[in-house]
Amino acid sequence: MTRLVQTAAPFLLLGLLLLVWEFTCRALAVPSYFLPPPSAVVMAMATDWAGLLKSAWNTLSMALIALLVASLLAQALGLTVGLSIILERAVRPLAVVLQVTPVVAIAPLVLIWAGLDHAGRAIISLAAVVAFFPIFSGAVTGLKASDPDLERLFDLYGANRLQRLIRLRLPSAVPYLLEGHKVAAGLAIIGAVVAEFVAGSGASQGLAWRILEAGNRLQTAKMFAALVVLGLLGAMLNSLLAMIEQAGLRWWRGR
Amino acid sequence: MIAALQDVEVSYRRGPALGPFSLTVAEGEIVALVGPSGCGKSTAMRLLAGLEAPTAGRVSRTPGRGETAVVFQSPTLAPWLSAQANAALPLELAGIARNEAVARADDALARVGLAGAETARPAQLSGGMAMRVALARALVTNPRLLLLDEPFAALDEITRRALADDVLGLWPQVRPAIVFVTHNVEEAVYMASRVVVMTKGPGRLAGEVDVDHPLPRPEGFRTTKAFRLRVEAVSELLAKGMAQ
Repeated sequence: MTRLVQTAAPFLLLGLLLLVWEFTCRALAVPSYFLPPPSAVVMAMATDWAGLLKSAWNTLSMALIALLVASLLAQALGLTVGLSIILERAVRPLAVVLQVTPVVAIAPLVLIWAGLDHAGRAIISLAAVVAFFPIFSGAVTGLKASDPDLERLFDLYGANRLQRLIRLRLPSAVPYLLEGHKVAAGLAIIGAVVAEFVAGSGASQGLAWRILEAGNRLQTAKMFAALVVLGLLGAMLNSLLAMIEQAGLRWWRGR
Repeated sequence: MIAALQDVEVSYRRGPALGPFSLTVAEGEIVALVGPSGCGKSTAMRLLAGLEAPTAGRVSRTPGRGETAVVFQSPTLAPWLSAQANAALPLELAGIARNEAVARADDALARVGLAGAETARPAQLSGGMAMRVALARALVTNPRLLLLDEPFAALDEITRRALADDVLGLWPQVRPAIVFVTHNVEEAVYMASRVVVMTKGPGRLAGEVDVDHPLPRPEGFRTTKAFRLRVEAVSELLAKGMAQ
């Protein structure tokens, strides 16, 4: 019984909030361009579900490509840097500065470099920049996270550098890489949406573009519809990556 | 002599950790190293293993590569490897062919009573079983010098006694020299041919107690008067070492 209530609790709260929202809008006659009632949002979703799905796929595919690019680059660079203390010392401050610079601030620059006609490239590049760091620091941290006693054991048996890398450092880094990818996937979506905003209307047909377009026309219900889809997309991607992380960890430690 | 520390001293940034301390380990003897926490027992073990160099003094070792094995306080197994692969690791690092390494690992696992657990991962093993895998990994190279750094400290009393008996039971097959660190005076007297007591840190020699009963010892040894007398002698030395 308690379990049932616990499972149902978030849905009950959500339903309650929607009801309050709906009735407040009606009772106070709030203009629809200011705050449309949930029913209007549902209507907007229903009438344009095909377009919304297409936009969602646009945003998602760009985020996924960015994640792939970021994953390859970050792991390659993380591996190089993680193996040399000097290189790590050299790269780390630069990486931190890049990481704390807001993606919105560098977006116009990337847009110019990618070419104004190639907004897709710019969006992917920006999303990749944001997704890069969690994977990169996961790789760098993970390569140094091996058990010090296991390191001593490798010393004791005279392991060479390659053996140490392949049999100890890389396997030890796996949980950190999994965690890094999970965080990066969420950031890739954020990066893609921010980049779409900066690229402006017409450049891409993603969810952010829909929000902008509908906003320009004061079609507030459509804005909410795109927002809901964006939220669902993020939640889905997040739980998918969490599942992949769990499965990966189970494989890694055998249970 | 298989390994010797001669007036060694070790200092870290936070201060002196060990010494001056001397210890000579003969071929095939079992030495227990007893002392208060922080007296530098683990440091002495790392010196004996050749994993660390002393700040002053001399370390002499005769074992070659792969002839020294260490078991730490925690099993220190690779979580991503099966029990078999963990036990085979020292051989694979030495470049021994996989088939032979696996066969010898299975044999070592069988010797510590883990036949049938070859494919299990460390996360699926109990603390005692994981410790046995670590022991199998140490035995797989047939080492001449076996260093056990409080290997049973994290286990319950029944498991630790069983493991201690197993180590003693395995000893006659290869007769490696064993140095083991323990906080448990009775365990030290029961297992060792010689108990070396250290003072509080930086550890020096507080004294030695010879346990001249033949190894391995019968379970009844724990109840003999000779056993009690030696436990008392070691306890007295420990108390003296704490007071210094």
